Amino acid sequence: MLAVAAVLALAACGAPADAGSDGEVTGAVTVFAAASLTDVFSDLGRRLEDDHPGLQVQFNFAGSSALATQLTHGAPADVFAAADTDQMDVVTDSGVGVVSRAPVLFARNQLEIAVPPGNPGGITGLTDLADPERTIALCAPEVPCGAAAEAAFDAAGLTGAPDTLEEDVRAALTKVQLGEVDAALVYRTDVRAAGDAVEGIDFAQAADAVNGYPICVLTDAPNPAGALAFVELVTSDAGREALATAGFTGP
Amino acid sequence: MPLPLLVPAAVGVVFLVLPLLALVVRAPWSAIGPQLAEPAVGQALRLSLVSATLATLLSLVLGVPLAWVLARSSIRGRSVLRALVTVPLVLPPVVGGVALFLVLGRQGIVGRLLHEHLDVTIPFTTTAVVIAETFVAMPFLVISVEGALRAADARFEDAAATLGADRWTTFRRVTLPLVAPGVAAGAVLCWARALGEFGATITFAGNFPGTTQTMPLAVYLALQSDPEAAIALSLVLLAVSLGTLLVLRDRWLGRSAAV
Repeated sequence: MLAVAAVLALAACGAPADAGSDGEVTGAVTVFAAASLTDVFSDLGRRLEDDHPGLQVQFNFAGSSALATQLTHGAPADVFAAADTDQMDVVTDSGVGVVSRAPVLFARNQLEIAVPPGNPGGITGLTDLADPERTIALCAPEVPCGAAAEAAFDAAGLTGAPDTLEEDVRAALTKVQLGEVDAALVYRTDVRAAGDAVEGIDFAQAADAVNGYPICVLTDAPNPAGALAFVELVTSDAGREALATAGFTGP
Repeated sequence: MPLPLLVPAAVGVVFLVLPLLALVVRAPWSAIGPQLAEPAVGQALRLSLVSATLATLLSLVLGVPLAWVLARSSIRGRSVLRALVTVPLVLPPVVGGVALFLVLGRQGIVGRLLHEHLDVTIPFTTTAVVIAETFVAMPFLVISVEGALRAADARFEDAAATLGADRWTTFRRVTLPLVAPGVAAGAVLCWARALGEFGATITFAGNFPGTTQTMPLAVYLALQSDPEAAIALSLVLLAVSLGTLLVLRDRWLGRSAAV
Protein backbone atom coordinates (compact mmCIF):
# COMPACT_ATOMS: atom_id res chain seq x y z
CA MET A 1 0.00 0.00 0.00
CA LEU A 2 2.82 2.33 0.85
CA ALA A 3 4.41 1.61 -2.50
CA VAL A 4 1.23 2.59 -4.29
CA ALA A 5 1.02 5.75 -2.25
CA ALA A 6 4.61 6.50 -3.16
CA VAL A 7 3.94 6.12 -6.87
CA LEU A 8 0.85 8.31 -6.66
CA ALA A 9 2.74 10.88 -4.69
CA LEU A 10 5.55 10.84 -7.22
CA ALA A 11 3.08 11.44 -10.01
CA ALA A 12 1.63 14.39 -8.16
CA CYS A 13 4.71 15.92 -6.72
CA GLY A 14 7.77 14.80 -8.64
CA ALA A 15 7.05 16.33 -12.02
CA PRO A 16 8.95 19.55 -12.69
CA ALA A 17 6.63 22.47 -12.15
CA ASP A 18 6.36 25.81 -13.88
CA ALA A 19 8.80 27.33 -11.44
CA GLY A 20 11.45 25.65 -13.58
CA SER A 21 14.44 23.98 -12.01
CA ASP A 22 16.83 25.64 -14.46
CA GLY A 23 15.55 29.16 -13.72
CA GLU A 24 17.05 31.58 -11.26
CA VAL A 25 17.54 29.74 -7.98
CA THR A 26 18.83 32.25 -5.46
CA GLY A 27 18.02 33.64 -2.05
CA ALA A 28 17.36 31.61 1.07
CA VAL A 29 15.60 28.26 1.23
CA THR A 30 14.29 27.16 4.62
CA VAL A 31 14.00 23.41 5.12
CA PHE A 32 12.18 21.92 8.11
CA ALA A 33 13.48 18.36 8.43
CA ALA A 34 13.27 15.45 10.84
CA ALA A 35 16.19 15.23 13.26
CA SER A 36 17.30 11.93 11.74
CA LEU A 37 18.03 13.75 8.46
CA THR A 38 20.49 16.17 10.08
CA ASP A 39 23.71 14.88 8.51
CA VAL A 40 22.56 13.83 5.07
CA PHE A 41 20.44 16.94 4.49
CA SER A 42 23.22 19.24 5.67
CA ASP A 43 25.48 17.64 3.05
CA LEU A 44 22.83 17.94 0.34
CA GLY A 45 22.23 21.56 1.31
CA ARG A 46 25.91 22.38 0.86
CA ARG A 47 25.87 20.60 -2.49
CA LEU A 48 22.89 22.66 -3.65
CA GLU A 49 24.61 25.86 -2.53
CA ASP A 50 27.67 24.86 -4.56
CA ASP A 51 25.47 24.26 -7.63
CA HIS A 52 23.64 27.56 -7.23
CA PRO A 53 25.85 30.45 -6.14
CA GLY A 54 23.67 32.99 -4.36
CA LEU A 55 21.53 30.30 -2.78
CA GLN A 56 21.54 29.69 0.96
CA VAL A 57 19.94 26.59 2.45
CA GLN A 58 18.83 26.97 6.07
CA PHE A 59 17.69 24.03 8.18
CA ASN A 60 15.45 23.57 11.16
CA PHE A 61 16.10 20.03 12.41
CA ALA A 62 13.82 18.76 15.18
CA GLY A 63 11.34 16.03 16.00
CA SER A 64 8.85 15.78 13.12
CA SER A 65 5.91 16.43 15.42
CA ALA A 66 7.50 19.61 16.77
CA LEU A 67 8.08 20.77 13.19
CA ALA A 68 4.52 19.89 12.20
CA THR A 69 3.25 21.99 15.12
CA GLN A 70 5.43 24.91 14.10
CA LEU A 71 4.24 24.69 10.49
CA THR A 72 0.55 24.49 11.33
CA HIS A 73 1.08 27.59 13.49
CA GLY A 74 2.49 29.49 10.56
CA ALA A 75 6.27 29.05 10.76
CA PRO A 76 7.71 30.36 7.47
CA ALA A 77 9.35 27.51 5.57
CA ASP A 78 9.83 26.27 2.02
CA VAL A 79 10.24 22.52 2.46
CA PHE A 80 9.06 19.98 5.03
CA ALA A 81 10.60 16.53 5.33
CA ALA A 82 9.09 14.30 8.02
CA ALA A 83 10.22 10.98 9.44
CA ASP A 84 6.82 9.39 8.98
CA THR A 85 3.63 9.93 7.03
CA ASP A 86 1.59 10.62 10.18
CA GLN A 87 3.37 13.89 10.85
CA MET A 88 3.17 14.88 7.18
CA ASP A 89 -0.57 14.17 7.42
CA VAL A 90 -0.80 16.52 10.40
CA VAL A 91 0.44 19.29 8.12
CA THR A 92 -1.57 18.31 5.01
CA ASP A 93 -4.77 17.74 7.02
CA SER A 94 -4.44 20.82 9.20
CA GLY A 95 -6.87 22.76 7.03
CA VAL A 96 -4.50 25.69 6.82
CA GLY A 97 -3.54 24.61 3.30
CA VAL A 98 0.20 24.59 3.71
CA VAL A 99 1.11 21.86 1.27
CA SER A 100 0.87 22.69 -2.40
CA ARG A 101 1.49 19.26 -3.90
CA ALA A 102 1.06 15.80 -2.48
CA PRO A 103 4.16 14.75 -0.53
CA VAL A 104 6.57 12.30 -2.09
CA LEU A 105 8.26 9.45 -0.22
CA PHE A 106 12.02 9.67 -0.68
CA ALA A 107 13.51 7.20 1.80
CA ARG A 108 12.87 4.58 4.44
CA ASN A 109 14.51 3.97 7.75
CA GLN A 110 14.34 1.38 10.48
CA LEU A 111 15.19 1.16 14.12
CA GLU A 112 18.36 -0.16 15.67
CA ILE A 113 19.55 -0.42 19.27
CA ALA A 114 22.36 2.02 20.04
CA VAL A 115 24.68 1.32 22.96
CA PRO A 116 27.77 3.17 24.23
CA PRO A 117 31.15 1.77 23.04
CA GLY A 118 31.94 -1.49 24.81
CA ASN A 119 28.25 -2.05 25.57
CA PRO A 120 28.56 -1.52 29.36
CA GLY A 121 24.95 -2.58 29.94
CA GLY A 122 25.50 -5.94 28.21
CA ILE A 123 22.58 -5.34 25.83
CA THR A 124 21.91 -8.21 23.42
CA GLY A 125 18.46 -7.51 22.05
CA LEU A 126 15.08 -5.84 22.42
CA THR A 127 14.30 -7.91 25.54
CA ASP A 128 16.98 -5.99 27.44
CA LEU A 129 15.18 -2.73 26.65
CA ALA A 130 12.17 -4.08 28.52
CA ASP A 131 14.32 -4.61 31.62
CA PRO A 132 13.57 -1.97 34.30
CA GLU A 133 17.00 -2.53 35.85
CA ARG A 134 18.71 -0.98 32.87
CA THR A 135 18.79 2.70 31.96
CA ILE A 136 17.00 3.09 28.63
CA ALA A 137 16.14 6.07 26.45
CA LEU A 138 13.30 5.88 23.94
CA CYS A 139 11.72 8.57 21.81
CA ALA A 140 8.48 10.07 23.10
CA PRO A 141 5.45 8.37 21.48
CA GLU A 142 4.53 11.74 19.90
CA VAL A 143 7.56 11.66 17.59
CA PRO A 144 7.97 9.16 14.73
CA CYS A 145 10.85 7.20 16.27
CA GLY A 146 8.75 6.77 19.41
CA ALA A 147 5.80 5.52 17.40
CA ALA A 148 8.13 3.11 15.60
CA ALA A 149 9.55 1.94 18.93
CA GLU A 150 6.05 1.16 20.18
CA ALA A 151 5.38 -0.81 17.01
CA ALA A 152 8.59 -2.77 17.49
CA PHE A 153 7.80 -3.61 21.12
CA ASP A 154 4.27 -4.61 20.13
CA ALA A 155 5.63 -6.89 17.42
CA ALA A 156 7.93 -8.53 19.98
CA GLY A 157 5.17 -8.83 22.59
CA LEU A 158 7.23 -6.75 25.02
CA THR A 159 6.69 -3.57 27.01
CA GLY A 160 9.57 -1.14 26.87
CA ALA A 161 11.08 0.05 30.16
CA PRO A 162 12.35 3.53 29.31
CA ASP A 163 13.81 5.89 31.90
CA THR A 164 13.30 8.86 29.63
CA LEU A 165 11.18 9.66 26.59
CA GLU A 166 13.20 12.02 24.41
CA GLU A 167 11.72 14.78 22.29
CA ASP A 168 13.54 13.68 19.14
CA VAL A 169 15.74 10.83 17.97
CA ARG A 170 18.98 12.83 18.16
CA ALA A 171 18.31 13.67 21.80
CA ALA A 172 18.01 9.92 22.48
CA LEU A 173 21.23 9.28 20.55
CA THR A 174 23.02 12.01 22.54
CA LYS A 175 22.17 10.24 25.80
CA VAL A 176 23.97 7.15 24.43
CA GLN A 177 26.95 9.19 23.24
CA LEU A 178 27.26 10.75 26.69
CA GLY A 179 27.23 7.23 28.16
CA GLU A 180 24.28 8.17 30.37
CA VAL A 181 22.01 5.34 29.24
CA ASP A 182 22.71 1.65 28.61
CA ALA A 183 20.81 1.72 25.33
CA ALA A 184 18.46 3.75 23.18
CA LEU A 185 16.22 2.80 20.30
CA VAL A 186 17.19 5.05 17.39
CA TYR A 187 17.32 4.78 13.61
CA ARG A 188 19.93 2.72 11.83
CA THR A 189 21.08 5.95 10.16
CA ASP A 190 21.69 7.60 13.53
CA VAL A 191 23.95 4.75 14.59
CA ARG A 192 25.89 5.12 11.37
CA ALA A 193 26.08 8.93 11.69
CA ALA A 194 27.46 8.64 15.22
CA GLY A 195 30.48 6.66 13.97
CA ASP A 196 32.63 5.22 16.75
CA ALA A 197 30.72 7.04 19.47
CA VAL A 198 28.05 4.33 19.63
CA GLU A 199 27.64 0.68 18.68
CA GLY A 200 24.57 -0.65 16.89
CA ILE A 201 22.70 -3.88 17.62
CA ASP A 202 20.17 -5.18 15.10
CA PHE A 203 17.00 -6.89 16.25
CA ALA A 204 14.45 -8.97 14.40
CA GLN A 205 11.36 -6.81 15.02
CA ALA A 206 13.01 -3.74 13.44
CA ALA A 207 11.53 -4.89 10.14
CA ASP A 208 8.05 -4.46 11.62
CA ALA A 209 8.61 -0.78 12.31
CA VAL A 210 9.84 0.81 9.10
CA ASN A 211 9.29 4.54 8.61
CA GLY A 212 8.71 6.16 5.24
CA TYR A 213 10.05 9.71 4.86
CA PRO A 214 7.85 12.12 2.87
CA ILE A 215 9.01 15.50 1.61
CA CYS A 216 7.09 18.39 0.10
CA VAL A 217 7.19 22.01 -0.97
CA LEU A 218 4.95 24.18 1.20
CA THR A 219 2.21 26.36 -0.31
CA ASP A 220 3.37 29.59 1.23
CA ALA A 221 7.01 28.88 0.48
CA PRO A 222 8.75 32.26 0.22
CA ASN A 223 11.17 30.69 -2.26
CA PRO A 224 9.28 28.09 -4.34
CA ALA A 225 12.02 27.77 -6.98
CA GLY A 226 14.65 27.11 -4.33
CA ALA A 227 12.31 24.71 -2.54
CA LEU A 228 11.71 22.73 -5.71
CA ALA A 229 15.43 22.62 -6.42
CA PHE A 230 16.05 21.12 -2.98
CA VAL A 231 13.26 18.54 -3.32
CA GLU A 232 14.55 17.59 -6.77
CA LEU A 233 18.06 17.14 -5.41
CA VAL A 234 16.80 14.91 -2.59
CA THR A 235 14.78 12.74 -5.00
CA SER A 236 17.49 12.69 -7.68
CA ASP A 237 19.98 9.85 -8.18
CA ALA A 238 22.61 11.90 -6.34
CA GLY A 239 20.21 12.41 -3.45
CA ARG A 240 19.34 8.72 -3.26
CA GLU A 241 23.01 7.88 -3.29
CA ALA A 242 23.69 10.24 -0.38
CA LEU A 243 20.73 8.81 1.51
CA ALA A 244 21.89 5.25 0.85
CA THR A 245 25.38 6.12 2.10
CA ALA A 246 23.80 7.43 5.30
CA GLY A 247 22.00 4.09 5.74
CA PHE A 248 18.55 4.94 4.41
CA THR A 249 16.87 2.52 2.04
CA GLY A 250 15.01 3.58 -1.10
CA PRO A 251 11.35 4.53 -0.98
CA MET B 1 1.11 62.10 31.90
CA PRO B 2 3.54 62.58 28.99
CA LEU B 3 2.57 60.67 25.86
CA PRO B 4 6.15 59.49 25.05
CA LEU B 5 5.95 57.48 28.26
CA LEU B 6 2.29 56.56 28.23
CA VAL B 7 2.12 55.06 24.74
CA PRO B 8 5.09 52.66 25.05
CA ALA B 9 3.87 51.74 28.52
CA ALA B 10 0.45 50.84 27.14
CA VAL B 11 2.02 48.82 24.33
CA GLY B 12 4.16 47.08 26.93
CA VAL B 13 1.11 46.09 28.95
CA VAL B 14 -0.68 44.75 25.87
CA PHE B 15 2.43 42.86 24.82
CA LEU B 16 2.76 41.15 28.18
CA VAL B 17 -0.90 40.51 28.90
CA LEU B 18 -2.36 39.65 25.50
CA PRO B 19 -0.68 36.21 25.20
CA LEU B 20 -2.04 35.29 28.63
CA LEU B 21 -5.51 36.47 27.63
CA ALA B 22 -5.21 34.41 24.43
CA LEU B 23 -4.63 31.31 26.55
CA VAL B 24 -7.85 32.03 28.43
CA VAL B 25 -9.85 32.92 25.30
CA ARG B 26 -8.70 29.93 23.24
CA ALA B 27 -8.99 27.43 26.08
CA PRO B 28 -11.28 24.50 25.24
CA TRP B 29 -13.53 25.33 28.19
CA SER B 30 -16.12 22.64 27.45
CA ALA B 31 -13.47 19.92 27.39
CA ILE B 32 -11.28 21.33 30.10
CA GLY B 33 -12.81 19.31 32.94
CA PRO B 34 -12.04 15.92 31.40
CA GLN B 35 -8.64 17.20 30.21
CA LEU B 36 -7.60 18.18 33.70
CA ALA B 37 -9.07 15.04 35.25
CA GLU B 38 -6.52 12.96 33.32
CA PRO B 39 -4.30 11.21 35.86
CA ALA B 40 -1.26 12.32 33.85
CA VAL B 41 -2.09 15.97 34.49
CA GLY B 42 -2.35 15.53 38.25
CA GLN B 43 0.87 13.54 38.16
CA ALA B 44 2.76 16.26 36.27
CA LEU B 45 1.33 19.04 38.44
CA ARG B 46 2.18 17.21 41.66
CA LEU B 47 5.71 16.54 40.43
CA SER B 48 6.11 20.18 39.43
CA LEU B 49 4.92 21.54 42.78
CA VAL B 50 7.00 19.08 44.81
CA SER B 51 10.20 19.54 42.83
CA ALA B 52 9.90 23.35 42.68
CA THR B 53 9.32 23.44 46.43
CA LEU B 54 12.28 21.16 47.14
CA ALA B 55 14.44 23.26 44.82
CA THR B 56 13.38 26.40 46.70
CA LEU B 57 14.17 24.84 50.09
CA LEU B 58 17.58 23.74 48.82
CA SER B 59 18.14 27.23 47.43
CA LEU B 60 17.24 28.77 50.79
CA VAL B 61 19.63 26.50 52.68
CA LEU B 62 22.52 27.23 50.32
CA GLY B 63 21.55 30.60 48.88
CA VAL B 64 20.91 32.70 51.99
CA PRO B 65 24.37 32.00 53.46
CA LEU B 66 25.87 32.62 50.02
CA ALA B 67 24.08 35.96 49.80
CA TRP B 68 25.42 36.83 53.26
CA VAL B 69 28.97 36.04 52.14
CA LEU B 70 28.50 38.22 49.08
CA ALA B 71 26.97 41.12 51.01
CA ARG B 72 28.75 41.12 54.36
CA SER B 73 32.05 39.29 54.23
CA SER B 74 35.27 40.89 53.10
CA ILE B 75 36.80 37.90 51.30
CA ARG B 76 38.96 38.67 48.30
CA GLY B 77 37.53 38.16 44.83
CA ARG B 78 33.99 38.73 46.03
CA SER B 79 32.88 40.39 42.81
CA VAL B 80 34.29 37.50 40.78
CA LEU B 81 32.45 35.11 43.07
CA ARG B 82 29.23 37.05 42.58
CA ALA B 83 29.65 36.96 38.81
CA LEU B 84 30.31 33.20 38.92
CA VAL B 85 27.30 32.25 41.01
CA THR B 86 24.95 34.38 38.94
CA VAL B 87 26.08 32.93 35.61
CA PRO B 88 23.09 30.51 35.58
CA LEU B 89 20.87 33.62 35.38
CA VAL B 90 22.13 34.38 31.90
CA LEU B 91 23.19 30.89 30.81
CA PRO B 92 20.78 29.17 28.43
CA PRO B 93 19.19 26.47 30.62
CA VAL B 94 19.98 23.74 28.08
CA VAL B 95 23.67 24.56 28.51
CA GLY B 96 23.15 24.24 32.24
CA GLY B 97 21.66 20.79 31.63
CA VAL B 98 24.65 19.69 29.59
CA ALA B 99 27.02 21.06 32.24
CA LEU B 100 25.17 19.14 34.95
CA PHE B 101 25.61 15.96 32.89
CA LEU B 102 29.35 16.57 32.79
CA VAL B 103 29.47 16.80 36.58
CA LEU B 104 26.72 14.51 37.84
CA GLY B 105 26.07 12.18 34.90
CA ARG B 106 27.16 8.56 34.98
CA GLN B 107 30.29 9.59 33.09
CA GLY B 108 30.56 12.93 34.91
CA ILE B 109 33.38 14.13 37.13
CA VAL B 110 31.48 13.45 40.36
CA GLY B 111 28.71 11.27 38.98
CA ARG B 112 31.17 8.57 37.90
CA LEU B 113 32.35 8.14 41.48
CA LEU B 114 28.77 8.04 42.77
CA HIS B 115 27.84 5.47 40.15
CA GLU B 116 30.85 3.21 40.62
CA HIS B 117 31.21 3.28 44.40
CA LEU B 118 27.74 3.96 45.75
CA ASP B 119 25.65 2.67 42.85
CA VAL B 120 23.85 6.02 42.78
CA THR B 121 22.71 7.37 39.42
CA ILE B 122 21.30 10.88 39.31
CA PRO B 123 20.15 11.58 35.72
CA PHE B 124 16.57 10.58 34.82
CA THR B 125 15.40 10.74 38.46
CA THR B 126 13.28 13.23 40.37
CA THR B 127 16.47 14.17 42.21
CA ALA B 128 17.86 15.30 38.86
CA VAL B 129 14.78 17.49 38.34
CA VAL B 130 15.32 19.17 41.71
CA ILE B 131 19.03 19.66 40.97
CA ALA B 132 18.36 21.14 37.54
CA GLU B 133 15.73 23.50 38.94
CA THR B 134 17.96 24.55 41.82
CA PHE B 135 20.85 25.25 39.45
CA VAL B 136 18.72 27.57 37.35
CA ALA B 137 16.62 29.19 40.10
CA MET B 138 18.96 29.68 43.07
CA PRO B 139 20.70 32.76 41.61
CA PHE B 140 17.35 34.59 41.69
CA LEU B 141 17.20 34.01 45.43
CA VAL B 142 20.85 34.92 45.99
CA ILE B 143 20.54 38.20 44.11
CA SER B 144 17.33 39.11 45.88
CA VAL B 145 18.65 38.33 49.38
CA GLU B 146 21.95 40.05 48.72
CA GLY B 147 20.07 43.18 47.65
CA ALA B 148 18.00 43.06 50.83
CA LEU B 149 21.14 42.62 52.94
CA ARG B 150 22.82 45.60 51.32
CA ALA B 151 19.73 47.73 51.84
CA ALA B 152 19.34 46.68 55.48
CA ASP B 153 20.65 49.05 58.11
CA ALA B 154 23.95 47.57 59.32
CA ARG B 155 23.79 49.59 62.53
CA PHE B 156 21.42 47.04 64.07
CA GLU B 157 24.07 44.38 63.54
CA ASP B 158 26.72 46.67 64.95
CA ALA B 159 24.56 47.27 68.00
CA ALA B 160 24.07 43.53 68.49
CA ALA B 161 27.81 43.01 68.23
CA THR B 162 28.39 45.77 70.80
CA LEU B 163 26.02 43.97 73.14
CA GLY B 164 28.19 40.87 72.90
CA ALA B 165 26.43 38.78 70.25
CA ASP B 166 28.75 36.76 68.01
CA ARG B 167 28.28 36.96 64.24
CA TRP B 168 26.24 33.73 64.05
CA THR B 169 23.86 34.91 66.75
CA THR B 170 23.65 38.33 65.12
CA PHE B 171 22.82 36.71 61.80
CA ARG B 172 20.06 34.56 63.29
CA ARG B 173 18.52 37.06 65.69
CA VAL B 174 19.02 40.38 63.92
CA THR B 175 19.99 40.11 60.25
CA LEU B 176 17.60 37.37 59.18
CA PRO B 177 14.44 38.96 60.67
CA LEU B 178 15.55 42.25 59.14
CA VAL B 179 15.77 40.86 55.62
CA ALA B 180 12.90 38.36 55.92
CA PRO B 181 10.74 40.14 53.31
CA GLY B 182 13.66 40.07 50.87
CA VAL B 183 14.20 36.37 51.55
CA ALA B 184 10.50 35.71 51.00
CA ALA B 185 10.47 37.67 47.75
CA GLY B 186 13.59 35.83 46.59
CA ALA B 187 12.05 32.49 47.52
CA VAL B 188 8.92 33.27 45.50
CA LEU B 189 10.97 34.30 42.46
CA CYS B 190 13.07 31.17 42.86
CA TRP B 191 10.01 28.95 43.21
CA ALA B 192 8.33 30.48 40.17
CA ARG B 193 11.49 30.08 38.10
CA ALA B 194 11.84 26.47 39.24
CA LEU B 195 8.19 25.77 38.42
CA GLY B 196 8.69 26.99 34.87
CA GLU B 197 12.07 25.32 34.33
CA PHE B 198 12.27 23.45 31.04
CA GLY B 199 15.64 23.39 29.29
CA ALA B 200 17.92 22.13 32.03
CA THR B 201 15.29 19.65 33.18
CA ILE B 202 14.60 17.98 29.82
CA THR B 203 18.34 17.84 29.13
CA PHE B 204 19.63 16.55 32.46
CA ALA B 205 16.61 14.79 33.96
CA GLY B 206 15.01 13.56 30.74
CA ASN B 207 11.28 13.21 30.30
CA PHE B 208 9.27 10.43 31.90
CA PRO B 209 5.74 10.70 33.30
CA GLY B 210 5.68 10.50 37.08
CA THR B 211 9.40 10.80 37.70
CA THR B 212 10.75 13.65 35.59
CA GLN B 213 7.94 14.99 33.39
CA THR B 214 7.07 18.31 34.99
CA MET B 215 4.25 20.56 33.73
CA PRO B 216 6.37 22.56 31.26
CA LEU B 217 7.63 19.32 29.68
CA ALA B 218 4.08 17.96 29.56
CA VAL B 219 2.91 21.18 27.88
CA TYR B 220 5.71 21.01 25.32
CA LEU B 221 5.00 17.41 24.35
CA ALA B 222 1.23 17.85 24.42
CA LEU B 223 1.55 20.71 21.95
CA GLN B 224 2.94 18.22 19.43
CA SER B 225 0.05 15.79 19.61
CA ASP B 226 -2.90 17.51 21.28
CA PRO B 227 -2.78 21.34 21.26
CA GLU B 228 -6.01 21.61 23.28
CA ALA B 229 -4.47 19.58 26.07
CA ALA B 230 -1.42 21.84 25.92
CA ILE B 231 -3.62 24.90 26.36
CA ALA B 232 -5.44 23.29 29.28
CA LEU B 233 -2.14 22.40 30.96
CA SER B 234 -0.82 25.91 30.33
CA LEU B 235 -3.88 27.37 32.01
CA VAL B 236 -3.19 25.29 35.10
CA LEU B 237 0.39 26.57 35.26
CA LEU B 238 -0.81 30.12 34.70
CA ALA B 239 -3.38 29.81 37.47
CA VAL B 240 -0.87 28.29 39.89
CA SER B 241 1.74 30.97 39.20
CA LEU B 242 -0.73 33.83 39.37
CA GLY B 243 -2.40 32.49 42.51
CA THR B 244 0.91 32.04 44.30
CA LEU B 245 2.07 35.50 43.38
CA LEU B 246 -1.14 37.12 44.59
CA VAL B 247 -1.43 35.17 47.83
CA LEU B 248 2.22 35.60 48.82
CA ARG B 249 2.21 39.25 47.89
CA ASP B 250 -0.62 40.00 50.27
CA ARG B 251 0.32 37.71 53.11
CA TRP B 252 4.05 37.80 53.54
CA LEU B 253 5.85 40.03 51.17
CA GLY B 254 4.47 43.39 52.12
CA ARG B 255 5.96 46.30 50.31
CA SER B 256 9.07 44.44 49.19
CA ALA B 257 6.90 42.48 46.76
CA ALA B 258 7.04 45.57 44.62
CA VAL B 259 10.62 44.57 43.75
